[in-house]
Amino acid sequence: MATPSTTPSALPSLSAADDVAKLTAPSAVTETGTAPPAAEADADAYERTHVHGVYEAIAPHFSATRYKPWPAVAAFLHAQPPGAVGLDVGCGNGKYLGVNRDVFMVGSDRSPSLIAHARTRTKQLQTQVVAAGGAGRDGGGVAVGTDVLVADGLVLPFRERAADFAICVAVIHHMSTRTRRQDAIRQLLRCVKTGEAGRTGGRGQVLVYVWALEQGTSRRGWEEGGEQDLLVPWVLKSRQKQQKQQRGTKNQGGGAPEEPGAAPSHPDPVFQRYYHLYRKGELEEDVLAAGGAVVASGYERDNWWVVAANEPVHQGEQ
Amino acid sequence: MKVLTLNFLTCAVKTCKSSSDSFPLHPKDAELASDDVEVNPQLLVNLLPRIDWNALRTTSTELGFPQLPEQPPTAEELGADEKVLKDLHSLLIETQIMEGKLVCGHCGHEYAIREGIANFLLPSHLV
Repeated sequence: MATPSTTPSALPSLSAADDVAKLTAPSAVTETGTAPPAAEADADAYERTHVHGVYEAIAPHFSATRYKPWPAVAAFLHAQPPGAVGLDVGCGNGKYLGVNRDVFMVGSDRSPSLIAHARTRTKQLQTQVVAAGGAGRDGGGVAVGTDVLVADGLVLPFRERAADFAICVAVIHHMSTRTRRQDAIRQLLRCVKTGEAGRTGGRGQVLVYVWALEQGTSRRGWEEGGEQDLLVPWVLKSRQKQQKQQRGTKNQGGGAPEEPGAAPSHPDPVFQRYYHLYRKGELEEDVLAAGGAVVASGYERDNWWVVAANEPVHQGEQ
Repeated sequence: MKVLTLNFLTCAVKTCKSSSDSFPLHPKDAELASDDVEVNPQLLVNLLPRIDWNALRTTSTELGFPQLPEQPPTAEELGADEKVLKDLHSLLIETQIMEGKLVCGHCGHEYAIREGIANFLLPSHLV
């Protein structure tokens, strides 16, 4: 297990390294650059630089700080019936795969490096289960039915209407135009069942989590009416460096360099990730624009979440 | 990549989605391995109605396994016959394609599988 240096509850939280960068900067706001949403034609190239390239580069460090499932997501997974087939689009290091051992889940991610981590991780889970004589560590199910593959969230290879559920956690806020964010939700909805009579399983549900603009209680200082398109730094630290930092060794203040390792005063490479921070109601609007229905929605710990489905939902239906 | 996963995959090319030839994808030059995974009977019984059985028969034959029966076993048969359950578990959950390609029967695009991981990223002219 990784060292529990991050706040385990924060979902797409900044890493411990980010915290350090923020605290040593003169102002948290100057560390985070604003980013105009990319033009539609350039969006793919923009995300290659400010999302895909970053995750490829920080994969080991990122993976080591992302190991604890978020309780609300875990609860959604545990609510699925045995034998259900689920997708985790943008699964990262696969921390949600194997949470419910009685479902079969396929995780996909745009980053081959993160998927390699996810595969190693799920293989280890599988081995642990077999070594323990078939009893899961939590005493629950026995088999670990998971698999992973590399795919783009806007170009998914999944058979349409075949999955019972899908999750997409801390992913869509990395897409740099509203059209692309809505298209990503449309792709998720196409993967899950419509709930026709006579088919196994009911209407498929899609759980989406995105970072919120309204983070009044967090140290990040983002709030209603603020800039929604940001570049958020990830400071890539070696493990020894992280420990040193935690013991109070101060890093230099000032803005983060644009290029990894560009400034000699900042020996730690800094990578700028693009984020679109969702304002209240925006995620629901995007679900409707994608042709979906909102089953439930809410706010939890700096994130907006929605459960979406294909068919219109009647009041009181869950 | 598990054989079970292949049953839920099609070609990623958008214009292939509407073609029945894009499912299932066809393994090519596949190198197989088998994992040791504990049987979960409840998972298998409940998975069965979610599987496209005809596609699984195609995949199984293409990978060189014995022909599967025309109809899937019923839940009762799975519960009563441990061999049927074990064989299905072995094929769906334990069998892995470690190296090789997956080929779309509609557009002919080949997706590489390396070290057990299939890559569905498309070259820009196919997106």
